[in-house]
Amino acid sequence: MSLDAEHSQPILQSYVGFDSITSQIEKKLLKRGFQFNVMVVGQSGLGKSTLINTIFASHLIDSKGRTQPDEATRQTVEIHSFTETVIENGVKLRLNIVDTPGYGDQVNNENCWEPIIKYIKDQHSSFLRKELTAMRDRFIQDTRIHCCLFFISPTGHSLKPIDIVVLKKLTEVVNVVPVIAKSDSLTIEERIAFKQRIKEEMAFHNIQLYPYASDEDDDQDHALNESIQDLIPFAVVGSEKTIVVDGKTVRGRQNRWGVINVENENHCEFIHLRNFLTRTHLQDLIETTAMIHYESFRSKQLLALKESGQQQQQQQH
Amino acid sequence: MAHRIGRRKNVKKGFQFTLMVVGASGLGRTTFINTLCDADVVPKRESDEPDMAHVEEGIKIKPYTVELDEDGVKISLTVVDTPGFGDMIDNEYCFQEILGYLERQYDDILSEESRIKRNPRFRDNRVHALLYFITPTGHSLREIDIELMKRLSPRINVIPVIGKADTFTPFELAEFKKRVMEDIEHHNIPIYNFPFDPEEDDEETVEENSELRSLLPFAMIGCEEEIMVNGRKVRGRQYPWGIVEVDNTQHCDFAKLRFALLSSHLQDLKEITHDYLYENYRTEKLSRSAENLSD
Repeated sequence: MSLDAEHSQPILQSYVGFDSITSQIEKKLLKRGFQFNVMVVGQSGLGKSTLINTIFASHLIDSKGRTQPDEATRQTVEIHSFTETVIENGVKLRLNIVDTPGYGDQVNNENCWEPIIKYIKDQHSSFLRKELTAMRDRFIQDTRIHCCLFFISPTGHSLKPIDIVVLKKLTEVVNVVPVIAKSDSLTIEERIAFKQRIKEEMAFHNIQLYPYASDEDDDQDHALNESIQDLIPFAVVGSEKTIVVDGKTVRGRQNRWGVINVENENHCEFIHLRNFLTRTHLQDLIETTAMIHYESFRSKQLLALKESGQQQQQQQH
Repeated sequence: MAHRIGRRKNVKKGFQFTLMVVGASGLGRTTFINTLCDADVVPKRESDEPDMAHVEEGIKIKPYTVELDEDGVKISLTVVDTPGFGDMIDNEYCFQEILGYLERQYDDILSEESRIKRNPRFRDNRVHALLYFITPTGHSLREIDIELMKRLSPRINVIPVIGKADTFTPFELAEFKKRVMEDIEHHNIPIYNFPFDPEEDDEETVEENSELRSLLPFAMIGCEEEIMVNGRKVRGRQYPWGIVEVDNTQHCDFAKLRFALLSSHLQDLKEITHDYLYENYRTEKLSRSAENLSD
């Protein structure tokens, strides 16, 4: 082993073989499988369930919309979660989808966001408890929400007061990715103006959206993140139905005046959202949840515990 | 067109009609008004700054009057816009505001009627119909929809319409219309449903009203711009996948609703407002005063 200069990297004389650690890790991870928890938030009827089913190309969840006249209009936001395991090329993904059926549908929507925030914090809390247990599991089951898709109604005007409140609270505890739902009711011009407006409002209220800039980013990461930030909010259209367009079977919607191809980038930004969530940022979403949101929750909790412990000691004296 | 006998007498003088439009922002309410009047009656909200988005402004009631000419018949149309409805976190206040406005117009008539010396130039500001814009969720009615229609239908002819209906495929639209009507029936909401009497009315009237009733809630698409389609100028919205034409009855129900409001059913809506809705209000109010006096 020879050294070039005092503090530079040593040059290997022959092949050692530790570069195979990446495939060793891959093997282990493939066996274990991956866990991805995604939450959908937005007013009812914005196509939340349909979009999830479109992203993962399978019917995972049913729409929770009220369809029968004798069904009561829901009074509280009930949170349900569904787990499905999907496999692609030997890679097992345990998908946990948390549906928050229609907030904002009541006449009075005060505090309708509280159950949602509480649910997210409860997952952090449960993870922390398991971590702190003396005899803890080898692999703690991760139910923390890695990504929250926030559905904006395609009004074409601006965000509603309720949206601003909810976005502020959500971005404090989870990675938020906003989408413009049912964007097939906006012309391209309207969409561009609407996005611009939304961006201005989010900037004004200092709403921190995912992806966050990181010191670890190299030029490529930086460029990719910038292009994502440019696109956000994604104008999407979802569909589980397929249509034949130019001989190809695609997912789309057929109207009397044309066919909307969900997978056509000129029609909507579904492909960009899908690739962002599954092909480029899936791992990062999981990692930042643990390293940023969970850490922040954890340190607040532990500090609070420490302080209450100290208070108790003082009271005893 | 003028197949109601009474109308022929009034054709020269023209008609007066007041229409209120209610619905959450972003459902095409303002565009509808401008499309209906074929003019820029309601100005667009261009000047909002991003720092206003979180401000809950509350509902405003804004009447606009335009003079229209419908096939030679003059109509003085007043459209009452209600920006801000449903946009707040707590919308209870919105209902009171609208109801208050409607009842004030009835109060004005009531006091005018009771005057010894009546004002010959008195303006009747009663609202003859309320178009309620339903959000195209694809499910059923939301609580706010049911509440609004229930609370206001004792005072005004409520006609439900679906805003931005071009978000639906034909199948989805048919399903949604069916579910909304089932919901309305289930909750006993007395909307204006183009009433007819199969025994008394002539065949033409029965057919016309049945058709309009079957279209409820009317699918609305609004558009003020004109674009070129196959060499013709049409009012429409241009999407990357096609063009939606506002006046095309295959694309939406705008043309049919417009004709019903401004021609065929204008008189009926006014008569019901005066003979039935106003009368009920008057009776309730006078009975209440009588009760108060006798206490």
